Order: sequence, then C-alpha cells, then structure tokens
Amino acid sequence: MYNQTEILKDTSELGADGELVINMGPQHPATHGVLHLVVTLNGETIKKIEPHLGYIHRSIEKMCESLTYRQFIYVTSRMDYLSSHINNLGCALLVEKGMAIEVPDRAKYIRVILSELTRIASHELWLGAMAMDLGAFTPFFYAFREREMITDIMEDTCGARLTMNYIVPGGLMYDLHPDFQKKVKAFITQFKSKVTEYEDLVTNNIIFQSRTKGVGILSAEDAISYGCTGPVARASGVSCDIRKIYPYEVYDKVEFDEVIETAGDSFARYIVRVKEMNQSIRIIEQLIDNIPEGDFVGKTKNVLKLPKGEFYSRVETARGEFGVYVVSEGGTTPHRIKFRSPGFSNLSVLNHIAAGSKIGDLMASMGTLDLVIPDIDR
Amino acid sequence: MFSLEGITTNVQDWLLMKFNPTMALAMECVIVILLAISLFALLGLVLVLMERKVAAHIQIRLGPNRVGPGGMFQTVADTLKLIMKEGLVPDMADKFLFNLAPFVVMMVGMLLLAPIAFAKNFQIWDINIGVLYISSVSSLSVIGILMAGWASNNKYSLLGAMRSGAQIVSYELSAGFAVLTIVVLTGSLQISEIVKAQENGWWIFKGHIPAIIAFVLYIIAVTAETNRAPFDLAEAESELTAGFHTEYSGMRFALFFLAEYINIFIVCAIGATLFFGGWMPLHIGNWAAFNHIMDYIPSSVWFMGKTFFLIFLIMWFRWTFPRLRVDQLLNLEWKYLLPISLFNLLLVAVIAILGWHF
Repeated sequence: MYNQTEILKDTSELGADGELVINMGPQHPATHGVLHLVVTLNGETIKKIEPHLGYIHRSIEKMCESLTYRQFIYVTSRMDYLSSHINNLGCALLVEKGMAIEVPDRAKYIRVILSELTRIASHELWLGAMAMDLGAFTPFFYAFREREMITDIMEDTCGARLTMNYIVPGGLMYDLHPDFQKKVKAFITQFKSKVTEYEDLVTNNIIFQSRTKGVGILSAEDAISYGCTGPVARASGVSCDIRKIYPYEVYDKVEFDEVIETAGDSFARYIVRVKEMNQSIRIIEQLIDNIPEGDFVGKTKNVLKLPKGEFYSRVETARGEFGVYVVSEGGTTPHRIKFRSPGFSNLSVLNHIAAGSKIGDLMASMGTLDLVIPDIDR
Repeated sequence: MFSLEGITTNVQDWLLMKFNPTMALAMECVIVILLAISLFALLGLVLVLMERKVAAHIQIRLGPNRVGPGGMFQTVADTLKLIMKEGLVPDMADKFLFNLAPFVVMMVGMLLLAPIAFAKNFQIWDINIGVLYISSVSSLSVIGILMAGWASNNKYSLLGAMRSGAQIVSYELSAGFAVLTIVVLTGSLQISEIVKAQENGWWIFKGHIPAIIAFVLYIIAVTAETNRAPFDLAEAESELTAGFHTEYSGMRFALFFLAEYINIFIVCAIGATLFFGGWMPLHIGNWAAFNHIMDYIPSSVWFMGKTFFLIFLIMWFRWTFPRLRVDQLLNLEWKYLLPISLFNLLLVAVIAILGWHF
C-alpha cells in the first residue's frame, strides 16, 4: 500500500526517458465531463493517450433489466443527453418492432422532426464547445443563440429542454404544442440567416483552419476497424448513415444527402457536422408542413411483453450509430440489455489519431470526436 | 480642466517653497509611489470591467449589470472576494519562489510606468534611454512567470511557464524591432523627444508604409508578449487548465490577473506614444482652425483615448480568434515576423537617411 506522500512523489517524478505523465481529467476544461486521459508527454509532443473510464458509470444497462418496456426508454435520455430524443426513439423502435405495434403516421413525422431538431441542437453545442477547446470563446454564444430556440421548442412540446422523454412505445406521450409549426419555421429562418456568421467566425478563420487541417487524420480503414460511426466515420469517407442504409420512420420518404468528406482530419469532421445541420434543416422543411392529422399514439396493450428472443434496433444519433440489443425471456422487463453507444468507439481512436501530435492538436482531435462522457460510461 | 500640464511644476514649486530640497524630493517620491499604486488599482478595476463589457458586446450578451449602475462595481466585488479567499500554497511547492513570483510580475509593471508620458509635462521619469529601458524591463516579467510555473510543482504550470518563456523571448525581438523603427525615425530614445517629433503628425501617418507595418508587427508582438489570445498559450485554458497560475488562488492570483491588465495598458500606452503621438493632439498639415480646435482637447484625454483604443483592439483580438498551436506560434515569429521586421527596419533606415518621411 502507498501512503499519500509516496503517491505524490510517484506522480511528480518523470517517467522513463524523461517523459512527463499528466492526468488530463477527470476535472479538466477540455474533456467536457469526467473523462480521464492519462497523457504521456515528451515536452509538448504526445506519446501516448490512455483514456480511463468509469467516473460516471451508472450501470444503466443493469438498471434497465428491472424496468418495464415502458420505463426503460427514459433512462436512455441520461446516456447521450444531447441526443436524448434519438436514444428514446431507438428504444421505442425496438419495442414496436418486437411487439409489432402500429405507429400512426403523425407520430412518425413528429418523431423525425424532433430527431432532426435534436441533431441540430447537439451539433450547435458541439460547435461552440469545440471552438472553445481551440481557444475561441465567442462562437459558443453564437451557437447557443440558435440552440436556445430549439430548446424552447422542446420545452413547449415535450415539457423539458434536454431530456425530453416524449416518446412512448406506439407513438408520443401527448400531442404537439399548437405553436410548434410556427416556432420551427421561425427557427429555420433564423438558422439560415445566421449560418453565415459561423462561416465568417470559425470556418474561414485562418487560425482555425491551420489548427484543424491535417490534424488527427483518421483513415477510412481505421475508421471501420475501430468501429467509428457518425460524422467521425463520414469525415473519413465511410458511408454509414443509418438513416440512409436502414431507414426508419419516414427517413425513406424525405430527400437529404449523406454528408461525406474524404480528408479524415479534424477540419473534415467539422465540415461534416456543419453540413449535416443544413441537411437536417432540409429534412425538417420537407416534413413540417406535411404532418398528417390523426392519432399521435397507436393502440397498445396496457402491459407490454416482448416475445422470447433477441431484438436489435439502430438509429443515427448526432454522434453516430446507437444500437439497442435486448434479450427477452418473454417477461415485462428485458432479460439482458446492451446499448451500443457511438461515443465509446469514437473515443477509442483518440490515441490512434492524436499520439505524436502536440497538446494543442489533442484538443482539436478530441473536440471533433464530439465525446459525450455519460454516453461512453453509461 | 482635465489638463495635467501645470500640476507637476505647481506641486514641485509648492514643496520646494515649504520644505528643504531633500525633504521635498522625499515627499515627491512618496506622492509618485502612491499615485502609481492607486493608478494600478484603478486601471485593474477599469480594465477588467472594460474587458467584460467588450466581451459581452462581442458575444451578444449584456455582461455584468447587477452590482452598481451598469455593473460598474462588479470588479470591486470581485476584488473583495479575492481578498477574502484563502491563498493556498501547494504542499510540495517551493514556497519562497511561489510567493515571490506574483510580486516580480507586478514589480515589472510598476517599473514600466516610469517613462510613460501620461500628459504634457506629466511623466514620472523622463529617462534619456526611455525606449531601451522599456524593452529591457519588460523582458523581466518572463522571470516571474517561469518562477511561478516552476515553484508550483504542477505539470500544467511547468508546461505553461515553458511555453511562456519561449514565447516572450521570441516575440520580444519583433516588438523591439518595431520600436526601433520609430527610434530610427526620431533619432532619440527619449520618450519626450519621440512625442515632440510627432507635433505636426503622428508617425503612423508620417512614416509611410514602414511605420504602418511596424505598428502591425508591434500589436501582434505585444499581444503575444502579454500572453493574450490568440497567443495565450501560457494559460491555454482548454489545454493546461490555467497554465502557469493553475495553483494560485486568492490575492496571489489577483496579482497575476492585475499584472496582465497593467501590462496591456503599458504596451498600449507605449504603442500610442510611439505610433500615435502620445499626448499630442491630431494635427493635419496647415488646417489652422482644425488644429486649434484639436488643441482644446486636453493632452491627457488624447493620451488615454489612444491607449484605450489600442486596448480595445487587443480585447477584440481575444474574443475573436482561436488560439495558435505552440509550433505555429514560434513559426509565426521566427519565419515571418522577424524577417519582415528586419527588412522593415532596413527600409526605415533608408527612408530616414534620405529624409523621405514627412
């Protein structure tokens, strides 16, 4: 056993070959949560990054085993809290698929619109946080100005701004707020007029470009072998948009492009997310005027029981593929459950793309991976 | 009314009338020290509030607006809070150097106040090597930062201090060369001479393009020298938590914080003196009426106006640009700024010899 002074002595001494080992996190401004990176440095150059997880582990998967199929959906809001609506959707899709519940069209449309709003909100937050990692504070406020409109819409419609919990198996918890369409249209107008400000402030900034271009390059092969999904993989030229490959809800009825860049560097990941916001706007524009009238929730039994067997559903969250895998014994609760969260696999490439670069590059690489720690730890 | 022109001579005459010369000199020293310290406190309060208001304006928010009218006393409240806070010293820190470092940084700021001409005839010490004094004393602040980083026994602090050392030593060169261009044009190192040379036009207008280049170089270099964004690598919040002052708290931290703003004020004051004529009013050629009206504005207002304009410029940089990476920072200095400033100095020398400037 170590006593305290020995530990202090241990950590303050240099490692082998004069390496400096620093603990970045669990409290650190750039890890945006309780991620703990053990970084081995040689001067300013990073030799190795070891992510240590578990600081915010809440054993959500185990908790879900004692919750019914109506209840377990809402725990997933606490995983990737920035795309909580999409997480909920993934779980609801699994239950609906397993029990063959008919979902009314109105619910499907609203779910997709809210999913895309969630995606924009998530990307907006990422944009601000990433610029902040690179030392620019102002884009954060510009991004939050638009994000605030989305959270207001969410508050009106779902009653909550972050963990919406709006989805129930078979549809939605309650109908839309009467102002919904008006507010979403106002948001679209605002967003379209303000997106040039991001271009001026961030994208075209020479310092920002020199900080991100050619930094943290991830090849397509590595993206596939590390299991990266979402914008991280698409920036490396891997086509992996679940909305295109396995369309759910009404994604097969709307027109949108899967944004793919080939450079694989931090700037490409940045561009993919900015363009994705525009694609999300495109999807919303197609759906917002065509929400069909009708029920917002389908007929379901009072007690939901999944038949015996294994079930899997996947959705595209703001960070990548979110998968829900349930083994059912035929009871009212899942027998075993596993969430495939995009953040975990995206984090695993960090050492690969950032080792050998400078400390400043680590911020650019980590920022563009868009890590949400509760999503990684669950 | 706001003119400080006669004050210094009046005070001196009065003191000499009342006391013997030695006593009068001692009294003058005390007055100057008190003035310098109160200027420090005042500048700290004003500049911190200004930074927050400028930042708020750029970031589409209101900024402090609760304490006092328009949030005027926000920094007073912050200072009170910092005074009340416990000043922690890390367990394995070098306590002597740890405590000394903030004072070294502060002392450099105080020393730099000496040759600055705040208004006509209002200067603490019109030393005949003024510019040389400024550039030599300002390079001492890096010692305080290195001391803080080393004594904290914290790896973030150490990294921040090392970055700061490399950065300040490099950018001192560009700043020095930018200052030298004006020295070449004026032919004097004395601040009062430099100001007097700009009586019929500021150097930024009179010195052709080289003076403008020198001014741009100067602003870039001093932004780096004062560790301000986009060159704030020494404290790089998202990388090194707070860099060299990670372990500092309470009043010791406040001293670093204050020193940063004092340094900004000083480099901007020097920039205003060298390129914008210090306390000289704006005179355009032989527009007698215009020049006469400009003369009515007191010299202290001219000086402060120019200085605060430059301070605003530096604050604007901070809230707009992302941070550079450490190798990009050094590349910028050694590969771009230094060759440009060397060439610029040569150009200015030619202009000065041939008398091409106005």
